[in-house]
Amino acid sequence: MSTATPPKAIDGTIGFADERFGTAGFLRGKMKKVFPDHWSFMLGEIALYSFIILLATGTFLTLWFKPSMGEVIYHGSYTKLDGVNMSEAYDSTLRISFDVRGGLLMRQIHHWAAVLFLASIMVHMLRVFFTGSYRKPREVNWLIGLGLFTLGILEGLFGYSLPDDLLSGTGLRITQGVMQSIPVVGTYIFYFAFGGGFPGHDFISRLYTVHVLLIPGILLALVGAHFMILWHQGHTQFSGKNRTEKNVIGKPFFPVFMIKAGAFFMFTFAVTALLGTFAQINPIWLFGPYTPDSITAGSQPDFYMGFLEGALRIMPNWETNLWGHTIPWNVLVPALLPLGLIMTGAALWPFIEQWATGDKKIHNLADRPRNAPFRTAVGMTAVTFYGMLWLAGGNDILADKFHVSLYATTWFFRGAVFVGPVIAYVVTKRLCVGLQRSDAAELHHGVEAGVITMLPSGEFVEMHQPVKEDAEAVLRGKQELPAIEDAGEDANGIPAPSSRGPLGKARKALNNAFTADDISIGNGHGNGHGNGHGEHPEAGTGDHKELSRG
Amino acid sequence: MTDNNETNGAPSDEEGRAPKRVIGTPPPPPTHDLLPDDTGGAEGTGGYQLDEKKARAAERAAGAFFVLTFVAGIAFIVFYAVWPGHVGNINRATSSNYALGISLTLAFLGLAVGMTIWVRHLMTSKEIIQERHELSSPPEDRQVFNEYFQQGVQESGITQRRFLRRTLLLASAPLGLLPLVLLRDLGPLPEKKLRHTAWKNGTRLVVDGTGQPLKASDFNSPGGIITVVPEGAQNNLDDIAKAAVLLINLPPDQMKVKKGRENWHVGGIVAYSKICTHVGCPAALYEQTTHHILCPCHQSTFDALDSAKVIFGPAARPLPQLPIGVNSEGYLVATSDFHEPIGPSFWERGKSKV
Repeated sequence: MSTATPPKAIDGTIGFADERFGTAGFLRGKMKKVFPDHWSFMLGEIALYSFIILLATGTFLTLWFKPSMGEVIYHGSYTKLDGVNMSEAYDSTLRISFDVRGGLLMRQIHHWAAVLFLASIMVHMLRVFFTGSYRKPREVNWLIGLGLFTLGILEGLFGYSLPDDLLSGTGLRITQGVMQSIPVVGTYIFYFAFGGGFPGHDFISRLYTVHVLLIPGILLALVGAHFMILWHQGHTQFSGKNRTEKNVIGKPFFPVFMIKAGAFFMFTFAVTALLGTFAQINPIWLFGPYTPDSITAGSQPDFYMGFLEGALRIMPNWETNLWGHTIPWNVLVPALLPLGLIMTGAALWPFIEQWATGDKKIHNLADRPRNAPFRTAVGMTAVTFYGMLWLAGGNDILADKFHVSLYATTWFFRGAVFVGPVIAYVVTKRLCVGLQRSDAAELHHGVEAGVITMLPSGEFVEMHQPVKEDAEAVLRGKQELPAIEDAGEDANGIPAPSSRGPLGKARKALNNAFTADDISIGNGHGNGHGNGHGEHPEAGTGDHKELSRG
Repeated sequence: MTDNNETNGAPSDEEGRAPKRVIGTPPPPPTHDLLPDDTGGAEGTGGYQLDEKKARAAERAAGAFFVLTFVAGIAFIVFYAVWPGHVGNINRATSSNYALGISLTLAFLGLAVGMTIWVRHLMTSKEIIQERHELSSPPEDRQVFNEYFQQGVQESGITQRRFLRRTLLLASAPLGLLPLVLLRDLGPLPEKKLRHTAWKNGTRLVVDGTGQPLKASDFNSPGGIITVVPEGAQNNLDDIAKAAVLLINLPPDQMKVKKGRENWHVGGIVAYSKICTHVGCPAALYEQTTHHILCPCHQSTFDALDSAKVIFGPAARPLPQLPIGVNSEGYLVATSDFHEPIGPSFWERGKSKV
């Protein structure tokens, strides 16, 4: 400990705070907190910074926006709409765009930041999933993240619905149609939400409160919890030299990570400002005010709504009419099933994995996706399912750009939404196994040195070299996937009680799925779970000769 | 953002020989010789030695970017305050957007790049190894908690005093319902409102937008299509949302008129609800050659010749047809409301014939 004293301003402040809150003791342990370094760890940061940008620009917009469906006649700067009947919401959005200095810029930054917010959350979630970073002790933070994602989608939808232009009104009309189709209570939900028929006079002002107060409040609380849990539990790190489950290697929070994070925030702000400057987004003045009997062709929602839109488009027109009641599967299934499937699956996954593998250990080392083939393959299955629905949401654009029949694209996606995920599963799994084998081979035979040697027999071979230390640490970081004990059978071939019954069998089957394609990097004895890839040199055939194909 | 500190030294011999291969996650830079393993981890105070010459260059670079931010910030203020042409028309808004946006972008970018140079080239902090703290509390904490909890429960008497416990539960039940009850006045009940529109027997069809009533002779171009609304409802969005109608002039010889609808059209002029039966978008696209009506939202396609039955897409039901006729003055009028609810399906849709 040095005896240095910081400048009086800092010393005085800390002194003031310390005598009242014990600040120094609290901060002492925090200042040198280590955050491990990896490019993929910045993805969540982008989401955080976009959120801050959203709060700042959103507050600016509230100063002029009038969340009212009251009708006015426009007489603003945009002469093409002069004298047109419109809602105050649309009128004030036009005024923000054309009559408030910097208003258009803030609107566009706000919208771009919303897009970036959801995009970065998605990629961040994929990183967390594919590296197994949701495992104990981080399951709760994973669930909070899913909550943030779902609320973020809703917040985005509500946000672009507020200006009451033709495009946003069409989005609301679809939302209303979906509401109305909910069995038993649908019409009541619709009438309560809209204060009567569609579009009514209440919805925009109600939406506004939800958009600027309720959801942001919840988001802020969840973001706070997400970040505090992260801070408390520490960030995961990838395996590497000196890195273990029990330590963390990196630069200290103060000063390195703090300034780095600050720089990154500025980069995020610069990117959204750049997009807000040059990339036009949601030019509401081109769409005109909303009327329920107008529409433009090629209407597209924001990208994060695309998968729901796609699901609505490709669903066959099934509807059940029974005893005077209508159950419109053609609306209910696409509106609820894809989101429900993906979110429920994602929420349950950490617990399913724990149950199937019996792995209750604390994990601070992130997996490489290849080392968990089942998880990675299931993840890619979900990604493909989502991706196909998302593409289907733009089938009219695809049909137009690629000059194919619109109906053909619909039929294509009706098939692809089922076939694509299966292909993704199989291909991903094969890729993972292949990569694992190549890792194992690298560990045991080394890497090609680029040096060709002639053997006494006249044969040419390439020299192999042991993997470098750092790289080896990465390869050795692979964790054996735990098979649950085959509590299986006793001496008489009677299965143990725990593995009987449908649940026990399901668990065993899942466990097999998790462990089946695990290529051991074990010391010297490859256990090749034989997948018919015999042509490849099996991992660890024992001898550590330098020439693998001698 | 891995660190590329200048002081990492020349590559070792081994690195020189081995081909450079990146395996998966790039390993951390070879900083193991810098890890102050034995100087006490987190509390270590020593830093890197910077190459003073390079550090000065880095400082100048970072400084230049901070100056850029300063200049851009000033520029933003000047543009905002001094430049006259920000608002008033779309061209001004566009150039204002460029001027303000570019200066704002540069301001943030300058800070971002300057700070990055600072972190990467001027900070002397070393990588440190930190032990992770155990997340779970020591067993005795759990034990003490359990004891305190049991003791507290005992002392409170909640387990022994059954009447207290049950009345407490009873008391909270209606409280939970209060917020729901309070929401009741959010809107009126739907009742039968979704079953009716503003069309009545004798309501004239007027052109959407202009409010002009139509005579059959005004609408005699074959293949013509126009959106009409009930007279008197032109300015009521709630009415239009239910009553908007597509008026199409079809070749009578190709029409397949459904039984009971023989007098619902006027010489081939038919009226279908414009509100799609899928989720309520206006089904506004009409293909003259095939007489197909397409909803641009989800591409439900209806055959105008055949009572607007669904021929493709997610909609399950045909567009309801509005029976029309001609009044004594020759204007097109509705002869009744729709005979079925228009728009998206709902639970009570088939329930009554009222």
